[in-house]
Amino acid sequence: MMKPEEIFELLKQKFDDKIIGFENELPVDSYIVVNPLAIKEVSKFLRDNEQLKFDSLMCLSGVDDANEKKTKDEEGNEVIEKGTLSVYYHLHSIELGHKVNLKVSVSVDNPNVESVESIWRTADWHEREAYDMFGIVFLNHPDLRRILMPEDWEAGHPLRKDYKNPEFYNGMRVPY
Amino acid sequence: METKTLKTEELILNMGPQHPSTHGVLRLELELEGELIVNVKPHIGYLHRCFEKHAEAMTYPQVVPYTDRMDYLASMSNNLGYAIAVERLMGIKVPERVEYIRVIMAELQRIASHLVALGTYGVDIGAFTPFLYCFRDREKILSLFEMTCGARLLYNYIWVGGLSHDIHPDFVRLTKEFVEYFRPKIVELNELLSFNKIFIERTANIGILPLDTAINYGVTGPMLRASGLKWDLRKNDPYSIYDRFDFDIPVGEGEKGTVGDSWDRYFVRVQEMEQSLRIVEQAIDQIPEGNVHEAVPKRVKPPKGSIYSRVENPKGELGFFIISDGSVNPFRMKVRGPSFVNLSVLNEISKGHLVADLIAILGSTDIVLGEVDR
Repeated sequence: MMKPEEIFELLKQKFDDKIIGFENELPVDSYIVVNPLAIKEVSKFLRDNEQLKFDSLMCLSGVDDANEKKTKDEEGNEVIEKGTLSVYYHLHSIELGHKVNLKVSVSVDNPNVESVESIWRTADWHEREAYDMFGIVFLNHPDLRRILMPEDWEAGHPLRKDYKNPEFYNGMRVPY
Repeated sequence: METKTLKTEELILNMGPQHPSTHGVLRLELELEGELIVNVKPHIGYLHRCFEKHAEAMTYPQVVPYTDRMDYLASMSNNLGYAIAVERLMGIKVPERVEYIRVIMAELQRIASHLVALGTYGVDIGAFTPFLYCFRDREKILSLFEMTCGARLLYNYIWVGGLSHDIHPDFVRLTKEFVEYFRPKIVELNELLSFNKIFIERTANIGILPLDTAINYGVTGPMLRASGLKWDLRKNDPYSIYDRFDFDIPVGEGEKGTVGDSWDRYFVRVQEMEQSLRIVEQAIDQIPEGNVHEAVPKRVKPPKGSIYSRVENPKGELGFFIISDGSVNPFRMKVRGPSFVNLSVLNEISKGHLVADLIAILGSTDIVLGEVDR
């Protein structure tokens, strides 16, 4: 059994700057922050390494961090620093019994994350859900479609904090 | 012309969303070659009620009734999973009496949920009688719940830090009577359905789920155990007071066919009911005195942070991922429903089977669409 801190050290050695940091604020879960375009190789390492053997992805969740910042520069113009979307991965090793959590953050403008569908097949539907609800694009996902919302839903991604319900959907009134 | 060169055109067949054997509003797009399944594409979302979006607009205690409506056949277990997640986030310790009552409720709920699964599975295969027997017995559990909290399906009973009501004075006696009554009924069910020749023919060696596939797809609960892994969160990642009870974890042994086939998935559930009875039997005699409202916080306001907490629901691992920003509303609440994940393996295990077998496979996964779509 390895502690998340030890796993972080191990990953840091192996992947260097692709591992961005370690978030550990008690009483909460801790997270290893990973580069969104390196998450697949990190996951593969986590799954296949003899010491780690993370064979099970318990949960994959998208989150809208809602951290858009509006500041004013010297000339009084409004500067908008766009917020981020995050994906949280909760991993568990059935054989060795340890757990670790990963996190990637991407900008709202360019929400591209490498898909881990080929590492853990369970990520397939979870990633589709995160795409549907937050608009996070999972690169190299074989079938990235909406999963819970109708396929022709054009009003955006509902779980984003700035989402507004449309008035009509296919001619039907939405607020009832 | 030789028969080898004869090839039928691929046929797309639509099954559901209104189909009795899809157990709710699930649509399956079948790609067939003759009568053999090439691909199954599940289309879900017909029962999407925006649980996660609603949760963000409500306070933590207000979310409890919404959790009822996910796996509506196991509302008590959902309540329990949610309550434990928030309690862990806040660091609340609940009184002993509450712990015991919760375990009893969760185990009775597990029996009730499995009874629906087994009964409807019989109907899917073509055996109508066991369904009536199962529902008759489930009715008795629902009566116990009704007497406890007034509701028969959606209980809103287990709250953050406690329970909505204490148990009825007759509850202990009637539960003991139920345990006595129900134990022989499992034998009856076995004689009626489990070891029925036709039933075995229809389910053994159908929809075999190998263990590595199951783990890779994140399959949990009776489905994972049927594939041969002794894995139960009540023992492997203990919560509440499950470590105090003596019970076994039934696993699939391939008794009638291959390990991880539909019959194994069915039979693991039958055996689990018996284990749940054992837990109820042990717990019912030990309920200590106490006040069930003692630890219910006046204001549920967890500290800033996040948690992923999981419990063993009748259908598998129910996980709640909660991010708190320190206010009275959850910032983000994601539910990892066991049915959602278990359904995603369907395509993998039904390839190459007949259309009629797909019904048997789908029934054996025991999904509740309320939880798939949330």
